[in-house]
Amino acid sequence: MIAAGTPLKVSLAATGASLVLLLVVFELIRSRRLRERYALLWLVTGVVLVVLSAWRGGLNTIAGWLGVKGYPPAVLFAVGLMFVILVLLHYSTVISRLADQNVVLAQRLALLETRLSEREDRS
Amino acid sequence: MKSIAIVPAYNEEQNIGRVVDELRAFDPELDVVVVSDGSVDRTAEVAAERGAHVVALPFNLGIGGAVQTGFKYAHAEGYDLVVRCDGDGQHIPAELPKVLGPVLAGEADIAVGSRFAGGDGYRSSATRRIGIRLLALIVSAIARQRVTDTTSGFQALNRKALDLFAADYPHDYPEVEGMVMTIKHRLRLREVPVLMREREHGRSSITALRSIYYMAKVLTALFVGLFRRRVVPAEEA
Repeated sequence: MIAAGTPLKVSLAATGASLVLLLVVFELIRSRRLRERYALLWLVTGVVLVVLSAWRGGLNTIAGWLGVKGYPPAVLFAVGLMFVILVLLHYSTVISRLADQNVVLAQRLALLETRLSEREDRS
Repeated sequence: MKSIAIVPAYNEEQNIGRVVDELRAFDPELDVVVVSDGSVDRTAEVAAERGAHVVALPFNLGIGGAVQTGFKYAHAEGYDLVVRCDGDGQHIPAELPKVLGPVLAGEADIAVGSRFAGGDGYRSSATRRIGIRLLALIVSAIARQRVTDTTSGFQALNRKALDLFAADYPHDYPEVEGMVMTIKHRLRLREVPVLMREREHGRSSITALRSIYYMAKVLTALFVGLFRRRVVPAEEA
């Protein structure tokens, strides 16, 4: 049985799209709209997608390992989806931390205001 | 012994004056700090006029964040004994000796006033009662001691408990999670029967569906809390 390969057009289109993603990420980092720290996952996502899209032999081999027989580019979807989930999870942790810090800041601000106004009342 | 009452309040300009007055009438030695949780009415002003310390949060943090602000205040100002009392007038200051008793006697680090421990008095809808009973059973099992009221904000704490809660206090369902935290940190928890007033305005209209949603959220918070790493209260720098 011959496993189906990745059509050239699909490979080209996917590579192009992945490169655009990488370019956008680079531009966002360069213009300081995205911190390197949060960009890392996106860069890895972009690089992995570019490699898998352009390297058809590799994609076909990986599809073979995973038992994807009909349509190797499906692996691209799976990998893309996995990274999207990772990025979202990462954001949840970032948001949680920001929310915690926000609470601490609000509390500290309120306590300082109280201390200040009570000191002013005394003097 | 320096003692203070912490009163979290969110838009309670109607009730807060009476709450502060009652607390001060109960014991003039007892300081009162009202934490206005991002109130947009005159809660903070009214409390200050009645002689309470006021900490006004810039926006609403929710009950846990507000109460912790009070704990932080008490902690920084060096209080040895803290009582917690809701700002809506539900808790009766004349009942304070009951929750203070075990803490003053050194028998408990935290004493919680329970509406149900004594038997009669407090009425609520069937779904709420089932939820309250279920939560009490679960917390009792975790704590290996009988608790009946896991949502009571009528509490007394000593300095040891204050150290802990000033450093780390649950935000979402502080009463339930706080009980579990208390046990996890090996603090001594004691429940005492108290009377509470029924809520005057029907704000707490919890439907069956809402109760189930509430239970799901509380249980999640509870079990997550069990696995969470424990924060050890840091020494004051």
